[in-house]
Amino acid sequence: MSARVATTLRVVQQRSILVLIGLLVALAALIEIIRPGAVNASWVSNILEFAAPLGILAAGQTLVVITGGIDLSVANVATAAAYIMASQVPHGVVRAIVLGLLVGVVVGMINGIGVAVFRVQPLIMTLAMGLVVTGSLNVYGQSDRARGVPVVPEVIHTLGSGTVLGYVPVSLFLWGALAVLLIVGLRGTGFGRLLYALGDNPEATRLAGVRGWQVLLANYTACGLLSAVAGLVLAGTVNAADLGLATILLLPSVAAVVIGGTSIFGGSGSYSGTFVGALILTVLNSVLTLLDVPDAVKQVLYGAIIVLLAAVYTRVLGRD
Amino acid sequence: MATAEATAPAARPAGVNVGRAVRRYGWTAAVYVLFAILMVATVVIKPDYGPFEWNTLTLAALPLAFAAAAQTAIVLSGGIDLSIGPLMALANVLSLHATLGHDLAYSLAAAAVVLLVVTIAGALNGAIIVVTRVPDIVITLATSFIWAGVALLVLARPTPGIPLDFQNLAQGSAISPWVPNALVLLFVIPLLWVPLRRSRAGLSIYAVGSDRNAAFRSGVDLGWTRVLAYAVGGFFAACGGLALSMTTGVGTPLAGTLYTLSAVSAIVLGGVSLAGGRGGMLGPVAAAYILSLIPAVLIYLGIDPNYGQMIQGVLIVLVVMIGGIGAVLRRT
Repeated sequence: MSARVATTLRVVQQRSILVLIGLLVALAALIEIIRPGAVNASWVSNILEFAAPLGILAAGQTLVVITGGIDLSVANVATAAAYIMASQVPHGVVRAIVLGLLVGVVVGMINGIGVAVFRVQPLIMTLAMGLVVTGSLNVYGQSDRARGVPVVPEVIHTLGSGTVLGYVPVSLFLWGALAVLLIVGLRGTGFGRLLYALGDNPEATRLAGVRGWQVLLANYTACGLLSAVAGLVLAGTVNAADLGLATILLLPSVAAVVIGGTSIFGGSGSYSGTFVGALILTVLNSVLTLLDVPDAVKQVLYGAIIVLLAAVYTRVLGRD
Repeated sequence: MATAEATAPAARPAGVNVGRAVRRYGWTAAVYVLFAILMVATVVIKPDYGPFEWNTLTLAALPLAFAAAAQTAIVLSGGIDLSIGPLMALANVLSLHATLGHDLAYSLAAAAVVLLVVTIAGALNGAIIVVTRVPDIVITLATSFIWAGVALLVLARPTPGIPLDFQNLAQGSAISPWVPNALVLLFVIPLLWVPLRRSRAGLSIYAVGSDRNAAFRSGVDLGWTRVLAYAVGGFFAACGGLALSMTTGVGTPLAGTLYTLSAVSAIVLGGVSLAGGRGGMLGPVAAAYILSLIPAVLIYLGIDPNYGQMIQGVLIVLVVMIGGIGAVLRRT
């Protein structure tokens, strides 16, 4: 009997992604119970559309967390990228998008230099860069260059909220492609394996002849770029770009990674977990919206459920 | 051989160990020197700098100094609390709710209850971390949502109405124009911290922060010590929230948002190691004054105070990078 329980537990531990998918289905079932008929094709389409920006933001976060770091500037970068893109539209859409993405690359690179070369703790480095980004953005937002109302260009709007065949969100193609790239890349490429190695044991990695600082620099830059992409997609989804666009996505970006089973201490995890984690958090939001309670209560419940999920994950599945 | 070994330790206490003193107090001293330089520069920029401006600075710095003290207590124990700001907001709105339309004696009693409630909220952060074993960053990010939500439930929008007598506890200057009450109130920090640090519990906080395994093997109760550190953090965060009430006279449910980040900035600038176990309260408090002085100086210079946040970020990056260079040089 107990041996069987132990075996089941081991299977569950090894296939934690199944537990996550089970949780996702359970939450969807909960919605169906609260409001019968709510779970249909357009609901699924909606969930995917709103999960995409979070999923892309959490992708960058996953890369950084696997190396044992954390990036608390992802939301600031996403906001800045979207706002700068939207305010530069009068000078040409392509130029605007490139500038938006450039924000992510530059901030990510500075984060990377701080963490990899100067050995600054990722938490402090990214927190400080978040301050710099938001401060600069506020100054920029009040300067003459951005006096015009920020406009979300048509192509970004389509990317963020367009659908193919009525139900398939356009952003899912981008998110899906990035997901495949990350899952395969983390598992199968040298760069991916180096990220796990650095997160697991930086000293051993160094002794094995790896130039860790180059890997970290590239990694934080990739995280910045992904954050910028997420910001652009989010601007398309809500069809607006203001100075606080992505602020609320900081906690979910970390929570999706943790719920997805990536250890915050680095060295283990995968993007497939984060992918489902982002979906779970989006469905959770949808459940809370259905509950018809004040926003403050929603906020409390959201935080409490994340604590609960993380706790269950850590204790039951024996992850650290 | 044996005598040499015997005399060496005896000789040490006689002379002052300069290297160790510099290592231990050098950073704190440098922070105070930086503050002094900034003050001199401020007076040069604004020759009519007087008691009023100094009073304004102490008022602005008071909540941040408490926020920094809160974060320091927690970081010394090897943790971090990203919900300091929301805890301050909670204390702030609770105090408005409790004191609205009452006299000073009642307000003080209400403030004591608020201190207790928010201290418990802080301790709860620590307890959740210890019990669930989920990393502190994740838990306190999530509880930052919870406390901010609770603050919004207590008070939906900014509301004035903190009793004037209660406000005057911080806003006046009872002793001399150059010693405002807001400066005197800072002594709440050493009042709690100095006896604590000399006690077994305080030593345990440092021990757990510097080496958890060694502390465990020396018989320190890890769980209780960490919860204690978070409770002390909660207490100082509550003081910060009450300071907000006294200095602004308003209960603002979103008031704390900026203080979480600024508190981390202050402790980094104040020389507290984020790895835990190293640092004290003196540095972060001075850093809080520096961070509060920057926006004022920008205004005196006629520069958009929006640059303040940017400068704060750049300052932190520079400080930690200089620290990083030190670490790299020592290794090679």
